[in-house]
Amino acid sequence: MSGLRRDPRALAGALLLGAAVAVAVLAPIVAPGDPAAQHDVVATRFVPPLARDPLGAFHLLGTDRFGRDVWTRLAHGGRISLGVGALATAISVTLGLAVGAVAGLWRGRTAALLMGVTDFALALPRVVLLLLLAALWQPSAALTVLVLGLTGWMTVARLVHGEARALVVRPFVEGAVALGATRGRVLRRHVLPNVLTPVIVAAALGFGNAILLEAGLSFLGLGVQPPTASWGNMIASGRDTLVNAPWVAVAPGVALVLVVVACTLLGDAVRDALQPERSE
Amino acid sequence: MDTGGPGQGAQDSGMLPGLARRAAVGLAVVLGVITLTFFLLRLAPGDPVERLLGPAADPAQVAAQRTALGLDRPLPAQYAAWLGRFARGDWGTSIATGRPVRTMIGEAWPATVLLVGTSLVLSYGVGILIGAWQASLRRRSVDTAVSVATVTLFAMPGYWLGLMLVMLFTYRLHALPAFGAAGLDADFLTGWDRVADRLRHLALPLLTLTLVGLAGAARYVRGAMLDVRGEPYVLTARAKGIGARRVLLAHVLRNALIPVVTLLGLSLPALFSGAVFIEAIFAWPGVGRVLVDGVQGRDYPVVMAATAVSAVLVVIGNLLADVLVAWVDPRVRHGDAQASGAPS
Repeated sequence: MSGLRRDPRALAGALLLGAAVAVAVLAPIVAPGDPAAQHDVVATRFVPPLARDPLGAFHLLGTDRFGRDVWTRLAHGGRISLGVGALATAISVTLGLAVGAVAGLWRGRTAALLMGVTDFALALPRVVLLLLLAALWQPSAALTVLVLGLTGWMTVARLVHGEARALVVRPFVEGAVALGATRGRVLRRHVLPNVLTPVIVAAALGFGNAILLEAGLSFLGLGVQPPTASWGNMIASGRDTLVNAPWVAVAPGVALVLVVVACTLLGDAVRDALQPERSE
Repeated sequence: MDTGGPGQGAQDSGMLPGLARRAAVGLAVVLGVITLTFFLLRLAPGDPVERLLGPAADPAQVAAQRTALGLDRPLPAQYAAWLGRFARGDWGTSIATGRPVRTMIGEAWPATVLLVGTSLVLSYGVGILIGAWQASLRRRSVDTAVSVATVTLFAMPGYWLGLMLVMLFTYRLHALPAFGAAGLDADFLTGWDRVADRLRHLALPLLTLTLVGLAGAARYVRGAMLDVRGEPYVLTARAKGIGARRVLLAHVLRNALIPVVTLLGLSLPALFSGAVFIEAIFAWPGVGRVLVDGVQGRDYPVVMAATAVSAVLVVIGNLLADVLVAWVDPRVRHGDAQASGAPS
């Protein structure tokens, strides 16, 4: 793992992700003001980036059609988008660990059933399911977290399952079991440490994916609801003003791409650090 | 290494039972999807009859409409009746438009298959070329630059990339249309003009879906080739004095393609999902758009059919990928599943 520190991808990914998280956490400081604040709509709308509106306020990324500051909305929307992504990832990793560990350590009919469910869930078109769930119940940030979490656990489950199945037949684990180690102990001491890194990689990629999907749902009006800003509904609101105010849709999209790129770079770097023969 | 072509498959015995098993699993997936959809739809709040009749309807009208749509019967009975009708090809009528669902889906699926299918072929065709080219590069700087480009493209949400392309090609360059599958005057066009009109409308949705897809494929191919490059059989091939180009194509790329083809099958649900957003952005008249409209209007019969058709398309795609894997991997073709190099 020592190569990770010298990997430029790890550095770039960590810096980008760190910056995005910092802006989101420090939103009230780095982007003071109410993200939903509207003043004189006609006078302050569609101010281009790096300009002052007629009232004298400076807008780093311009304003949207209601005269709301895009930078402020981006920073506050980041709290929603990153928060939804993080919570959804936490749910799917927990669920994946549980399903994978149970199926890997208990074997038999339960395991077959659990892995059958996992394979079935993997074959589903995820967005179709997301659309259904999000549209059938009242859309909200909480529902989006739940839906994303419940549809994203399969990769982790398969990773943990594969690792657990491979480990339980290894002599040192058989020995531990012979000495009276419980399944819980085998899981904690032997399985979890071994799957930690691949699970982190899967979580990083899953986090990027969850953020993209949240934005997609919000873009279709089935996720986080306006006036609460999320990067997805910001892109949606900028869609109608692509001609005269492209910055409204461009800014949240660029933020989204940077965060997902950061996750991919981090994931790649960690994976290569795990498999030294492939490191470049 | 067996480099035999597809022609050797005539005496296959090991592959067909495997395919039959997978087809059965696929059928189970489709059945599972529509069962899940059916019960989710009925469990959710919101009543299609109220939507259909509006708030002014009196209770007697609502009750009559419920009976007419069969919504007053117990859930299992509704499910059994619906499944029976669905299997016979009677998909009901849309609650919102009153048109037969089968007609709506019948009109929509060719557009989706055209978009997704062309995009799949282009993404993987171009993606494999780019990935293979990257893996063969000696100059790290070029490889890094291309990698940065593919990582960035791969990270882009399709609908946002679509908007950016619309901004460039439609609003700035006035070069390509951004909405629909044909121009308003399409019915008056004949011959090549008509084909050109269709192609111009296909261009932006296809470009959007393909750019994201090819970035993913290129990343994966590059990685798979770098993995394979260190294998003993590649060393052996080099030691035998085979030229670098032939080693790269016949030994490295050929073996790297096995996991790539598996990925192709696994990426179908994602590609189809991406198409849902792309169809929404570009008003492309496919199954995804029918689905989004149906979901937003709680149009039960339409949502059920669109979901089932999505699942069928994904399952068929996965089966095709299995056939392709067998084609590129002789070990699978001859039923020696244990030796398969593809990740499970």
